[in-house]
Amino acid sequence: MPKDGGIGDSPKRREDVRFLTGTGRYSDDINIYNQVYAYFVRSDVAHGRIAGIDAEAAAAMPGVLRIFTARDFEGVGGIPCGWQITSRDGSVMNEPKHPVLADGKVRHVGDPIAVVVAETLAQARDAAEAVVIDIEDLPAIMDMRAALTPDAPLVHEDMGTNLCYDWGFVEDNRQAVDDAIAHAHHVTTLELRNNRLVANPMEPRVALAEWNAAADEYTLYTTSQNPHVIRLLMGAFVLGIPEHKLRVVAPDVGGGFGSKIFHYAEEAFCTFAAKALRRPVKWVSSRSEAFMSDAHGRDHVTKIELALDENGKFLALRTETLANMGAYLSTFAPSIPTWLHGTLMAGNYTTPLIYVNVKAVFTNTVPVDAYRGAGRPEATYQLERVVDKAAREMGIDPVDLRRRNFITEFPYATPVAVEYDTGDYHATMDKLLALSDHAGFEARAEESRRRGMLRGFGIAHYIEACGIAPSNLVGQLGARAGLYESATVRVNATGSISVMTGSHSHGQGHETTFAQVVGDMIGIDPAQVDIIHGDTARTPMGMGTYGSRSIAVGGSAMVRATEKIIAKAKKIAAHLMEASEHDIELKDGRFTIAGTDRSVAWGDVTLAAYVPHNYPLEEIEPGLEETAFYDPANFTYPSGAYGCEVEVDPQTGKVTVLSFTAADDFGNVINPMIVEGQVHGGLAQGFGQAMMENCAYDADGQLISASYMDYAMPRAADLPMFTVDSTCATPCTHNPLGVKGCGEAGAIGSPPAFVNAVIDALQRGGHDVTHIDMPLTPDRVWEAMQERGVRDA
Amino acid sequence: MHDFDFVRPQTVSDAVRALATPDAQALSGGQTLLPAMKVRLAAPAVLVSLMHIPDMVFVRADGDVLRVGGATTHAQVAREAAGAYPALASLAARIGDPAVRSRGTIGGSLANNDPSACYPAGVLASNATIVTDRREIGADDFFQGMFTTALEEGEIVVEVRFPIPDAARYEKFIQPASRFPLTAAFVARHSGGARVAITGASESGVFRWHEAEVALTSDFAVQALDGLAVDADGMIADLHGSSAYRAHLAGVMTRRAVAAIV
Repeated sequence: MPKDGGIGDSPKRREDVRFLTGTGRYSDDINIYNQVYAYFVRSDVAHGRIAGIDAEAAAAMPGVLRIFTARDFEGVGGIPCGWQITSRDGSVMNEPKHPVLADGKVRHVGDPIAVVVAETLAQARDAAEAVVIDIEDLPAIMDMRAALTPDAPLVHEDMGTNLCYDWGFVEDNRQAVDDAIAHAHHVTTLELRNNRLVANPMEPRVALAEWNAAADEYTLYTTSQNPHVIRLLMGAFVLGIPEHKLRVVAPDVGGGFGSKIFHYAEEAFCTFAAKALRRPVKWVSSRSEAFMSDAHGRDHVTKIELALDENGKFLALRTETLANMGAYLSTFAPSIPTWLHGTLMAGNYTTPLIYVNVKAVFTNTVPVDAYRGAGRPEATYQLERVVDKAAREMGIDPVDLRRRNFITEFPYATPVAVEYDTGDYHATMDKLLALSDHAGFEARAEESRRRGMLRGFGIAHYIEACGIAPSNLVGQLGARAGLYESATVRVNATGSISVMTGSHSHGQGHETTFAQVVGDMIGIDPAQVDIIHGDTARTPMGMGTYGSRSIAVGGSAMVRATEKIIAKAKKIAAHLMEASEHDIELKDGRFTIAGTDRSVAWGDVTLAAYVPHNYPLEEIEPGLEETAFYDPANFTYPSGAYGCEVEVDPQTGKVTVLSFTAADDFGNVINPMIVEGQVHGGLAQGFGQAMMENCAYDADGQLISASYMDYAMPRAADLPMFTVDSTCATPCTHNPLGVKGCGEAGAIGSPPAFVNAVIDALQRGGHDVTHIDMPLTPDRVWEAMQERGVRDA
Repeated sequence: MHDFDFVRPQTVSDAVRALATPDAQALSGGQTLLPAMKVRLAAPAVLVSLMHIPDMVFVRADGDVLRVGGATTHAQVAREAAGAYPALASLAARIGDPAVRSRGTIGGSLANNDPSACYPAGVLASNATIVTDRREIGADDFFQGMFTTALEEGEIVVEVRFPIPDAARYEKFIQPASRFPLTAAFVARHSGGARVAITGASESGVFRWHEAEVALTSDFAVQALDGLAVDADGMIADLHGSSAYRAHLAGVMTRRAVAAIV
């Protein structure tokens, strides 16, 4: 039994009190005396040369302080990219300039050209309408294959190509993979698109910057998942502000899903303009602006080939992907289709030979970067789709085919350079089949058939990699950052604790979960522990929250710092009781001399640390505050089996999800309720991608799904009640809590399970449909059924 | 949103007078107009709210006619028409979401004539009469294409009179993003014959499916529609469906409506 509020218990989320009562403090809730408002004039064409900007009339309009263009940013750095990929031929990737405001050319609809700053937002907007931009249209580069042809127009002329990089992984395997596929008993081939998505966090982005003339100090309030990373990137690479003069605060943040990892031009603009105007400058994104300025996700076009022997053993896997970078490189964009994608292509299987080729391409679209799962959903989707297709082609049950190829011995080194520490894939598969009543499916399918409906069941088994690390390895892979995490545990004199973490909570419930960890280790009520995050002035240098890393990396840092606290506290307790520190045990918030009934309370020790009258001053310093930086030895590898049961209406193509079952292995779980909520959220986003979300451009580069009138977000009524289980736990072997991470799993495993289920339903209905590209909207399902008529019985 | 003046007349004649001022625009729920103003696609100088004219807010069964005031919200129709004309109440109850239904009005919807709106199908299939401040217009004459109606500048929909059919049904297939009809059919069985109106599908806005009406008038049964199909020519094709898909859905929704009636 977990302790009350301790590790394994499910106390309610303490942060929800303020979120649900409207007392959260988001960036837009912060207003600074004398602030002015920025309004961005953005390109309404995908590609063009800026022939002229006439802002004279606009500048004279009421309330306008100044209108900024690229000219004001001469000598200022561009928006940097945080990861460098090396191509197959050994050359480093093509890295275009990314000016704060478009300089000479616009490269996507939404590219910022000018900014009006005025006393009120309405005045800024009025004046923005009077800014006359003269753009000579250039042909839009939209299709990735066309972009790579020799005569294609160029997004960035100075690079001479639209190719960012051509990455091969593992290049040494290439020939062996080609040979194995050429000679295999059976090869299953699948071509697919992983659809482009818009993150759509509930809170749009905000930037509010002020400059303190007396101290020459800047403060930026921004909707970020990682304020220290923004401080480093913007301070060092864009504006040249030393870190001790720049404070970045990311207060309550209403969801990010990856899109708030990155450093954006609007943050740099507001910080720059605050000094230029000597007034605080605020920008708040509208929802429409978010569609064309927040980094998008996914957008891969892939061909995958799986070679099998006559018994269904996987022999080799080859994938070729075109990955859309958009018009510029967003902060971590190059790493997503490469190190976060290629390394996962083994999945849960013993496939001995794997080769992954990724060509990253520039197009006249919004930059693409990490979105919940980031590379791992793209890997899992193609793999779990091709495995399902292979099972159908070879007449092997899809569960059985997966089982024949499961990795069963750990640690397991994959041919794509990673080593899984633990896992039990048969256990999660067993759990899934039991919880979803897989055995009863045929009867349910028959019941559907009697109603004229087509029922299908789809499975996906995923592998995820969280807490990407260690830093020295990711440095070799091209990262321009470390990937450790930090924590400072500050024990106050009366025993309460303030924990300053480099992780950042924007929906994950860290304030509850992390307090459970620290409270449990010391044996005190977690209500005594406060978690402080999101402010570079208050927290140690940390890397923030993304990639399901926070419990595995941030939580581990917290454990290490708390261990230091406990070690020191034991020395103080030993002194107070005149005993040896080696005999001191800490249990339920009391220090006891082992084998005796003599003890002192946690509060006695903490008070002694700060009022050191009776204290071993010659041996240890007063005070009780420790910091730890934790750099993991390896990724963590959550895995799980997902099952989806759907019904297709053959008359309309509409798919209804009847049930969804998730059997996850997240290792140890701190707060099962929060974990379940994270899985629910991930599943909703996975279903969104698979069923309805579709970021679409037309051939001219206009974003045609630019609002909720055309971009479909999933709603509760679109989803079934989920059955979620995380009891098949194989704890991580290399972090102190044995945890793996749970934030992205749902978004990774659900799209292939759903698509597999729809294909199963159509096949059972006699339609020879082998693939439909996501999202599987009713019209796409119906069209596929028309193209592939009903087989003769 | 640009600045504008706002007036709130209490009578139809005051509203007509207010609408005669330059750049005046009627506001009747504002579920289309206000978003358009917020993104500055519409910028009227004067907004004339029709929501506070008591004579335009009512739902009243009058023999075999249901009369609905032009400024009556969808929510009120959903509540108060349920006894006299349940199919129409059901249509109103499924427009948008609760917030939209609490503000949006029948007159606003008809005057806007969005090709994907629900009400035009109900009005056309019911063979309703649109009563304005100056005349009465039959449904067949009122809808004149996408966002186009017989209304003149400044003309106000004061009331809509629905002949109550013997039976009727509205079947809607939603567009997944907007949740407007991707294609929907309103089938009404009148003593004089069947009427079938399709919304969401056509580039010309709501339309009657005459072939289906003829077939159903002679035999009101699903089988009567066998072999009949809406021509894909002239149907909308967009991100959410091809013209062939919409034409197909028109048939499916019509059949489902008939099946629900018989």
